Amino acid sequence: MSKSVILKSSIAKKYWMAFTGLFLCLFLVGHLLGNLQLFYAGEEGRRAFNEYAYFMQHNLLIKVMSYVTYLSILFHAIDGLLLAFQNKKARPIQYAMNKASANSSSASRQMALLGSIILIFIATHMVNFWGKMHFGEIPLHTYNVSMPGQMGQVQESSFYYTHDFSVQPVPVVKEIVVKNELELYIKNPEIKVGEGYKDLHSVVMGFFGKSANGNDVNELAWLAVLLYTISMAVLSFHLMHGFASAFQTLGLRHPRYTAIIKNIGMGFAIIVPATFAAIPLYIFFK
Amino acid sequence: MKLTLKIWRQSGPNDKGQIVTYPIDNIEGNMSFLDMMDVLNEELIMKGDDPVAFDHDCREGICGMCSLFINGEAHGPDRAVTTCQLHMRKFSDGETIYIEPWRAKAFPVVKDLVVDRSAFDRVMAAGGFVSVNTSGNTVDANAIPISKINADKAFEAATCIGCGACVASCVNASAMLFVSAKVSQLALLPQGKVEATERVLNMVRTMDEEGFGNCTNTGACAVECPKEISLDNIARMNREYFKAMLTSE
Repeated sequence: MSKSVILKSSIAKKYWMAFTGLFLCLFLVGHLLGNLQLFYAGEEGRRAFNEYAYFMQHNLLIKVMSYVTYLSILFHAIDGLLLAFQNKKARPIQYAMNKASANSSSASRQMALLGSIILIFIATHMVNFWGKMHFGEIPLHTYNVSMPGQMGQVQESSFYYTHDFSVQPVPVVKEIVVKNELELYIKNPEIKVGEGYKDLHSVVMGFFGKSANGNDVNELAWLAVLLYTISMAVLSFHLMHGFASAFQTLGLRHPRYTAIIKNIGMGFAIIVPATFAAIPLYIFFK
Repeated sequence: MKLTLKIWRQSGPNDKGQIVTYPIDNIEGNMSFLDMMDVLNEELIMKGDDPVAFDHDCREGICGMCSLFINGEAHGPDRAVTTCQLHMRKFSDGETIYIEPWRAKAFPVVKDLVVDRSAFDRVMAAGGFVSVNTSGNTVDANAIPISKINADKAFEAATCIGCGACVASCVNASAMLFVSAKVSQLALLPQGKVEATERVLNMVRTMDEEGFGNCTNTGACAVECPKEISLDNIARMNREYFKAMLTSE
C-alpha cells in the first residue's frame, strides 16, 4: 500500500470526499439540534442557549470533535478544489453545443461551485459567531430581578448566571471584577466565585433580529437573513447530489437499498437546510 | 428533409479547428446518421472539397468505432444506440445539427471528427485481461461453475464496446464507466479473481495517467452509453479498489 494510492489516485481522493462529506452531514445534524434552542423563547431560552454555548466550548469530547470537523471542512474543500482543477484540465476544449441537462442534474455538475459558495459562507459564519465567541468581546449574560427596596420602592437589580451552581446568582455590583470575560471575582480578586456565561444568544438575536433585545435597531438584519437563507439553498443543492453520491463513491450500491439512500439524501437535503434557514427567519419576523 | 449541419473541421492534430456550416438536402428519415454523413461527403468530393473525416466500421452497433457528439449528446438524442444506429427520423425538417468530436484531453483530435482513443487500449493493456496457461494443458473456461447472477452481470459489463461515449458525456471527461465495466467483467468471474488486486490498481493508475477526469457521480455516462452499462459497475470498481488499496503490498 503506497502513499500515492491513498492520497493521489482519483478514486482514493473520492473516498476522502465521501468520508469527510458524510461526517460533515453528521455535524450538520448536531449543529441544527443545538440551533433549534433558538426557537425557545424568553429569558429561559436565552439562558438555555448560553449554557449550551458554554458547554460546547468547554466539553473535552466536543473539543476533539470540533477539531475533526475543522479538519474535515479543510480537507473536503482542498481535496474538492484539487479534483475540480483536474477535471477542468481533463477537457481543455469545450463543446460548442452541450445538452448536459439531458443526462444529469445541474447540482451534480456544479458541486465545486456550490461547495465554494458554502466555503465562503462558513468563513463569514465563523467570523460572525464562532470568532466572536472564542476571541471577541461578548458581554456576560445578566438578568434583572425586581425586589423591594428602601421606602417601599421597587428596585431593579442585575445578576450574572454562573457556571458554579453553588454560588449563584452573583449580583452585578461594583465589587465584582470580571476577568477574562468569563470569571467573576468578588472584592478580593483571589476569590473566584464562578464563571459567567457569554451572552451568545443576544449576539444571534442582534444579528438576525430587527433589534437586539429591544435596544439598538439593526438595519442590516434583512440582509443577514437573506444571505443566510440563500446559503442554505446552496447547501441544499450541494446535499441533493452529495449525500447519495458519497454512498456510490464508497461502493455502497445495491438494487434494494440505493433507492432508499437516494430518498433519504433528498429528504436530508431539503429538511436540514430548510430548518436551519427557518431559525433566522423566525428571529427576524417574530 | 432539409438540414443545416454545423460540423467541427480540423485539418490535423495541431490545427486550431472551427465549426463550419453545411446545408444539406434530400435526407430521408430511414437513413442512418452515418448515411447522412456519406451523402454530405459525396457532395463535398464532387465539389472538390475535403470530405469530413469520421470514424466508422461495422455500422451495426457492435464495434465501437463510430462516435460523434451530436446536438450536445454522445451518439445523438436517441438512447441505447450508437451513431450508426441513429436514424435521421429522430430529427425534424429544417433542424440545425451540431456535430463535434469527443472532447477530452485523453482523446486528442486526429482530424475533423476522428479522435485518438488509444488511451483506452493502454488502460486495457494495464490489466484488462486474465493470464491463462497455454502450454498444452489449457483448462476449458466453462469447466468452472459460475452463478447465473454473476455470469449475467459479467456479460452485461462485457457488452461495453469501448466507444468512449462515457468520457465524451462526462462533465469531467472521466473514464470511470469504461474502466469499471472492464474491471467488473473480470472481477465477477473466478478466472479474474486471481489478478483482481493488481488489475484494479494498475488500470486505475493508467486511467489517471492518461489524463481522464475524476468521477463526480453525475450519471451522465450511463444515460448516454449505447450499451446501457450500469453505474453498478462504478460502485463495484470502487469496492474493488478499496479492497485492493488496503490489502496490496
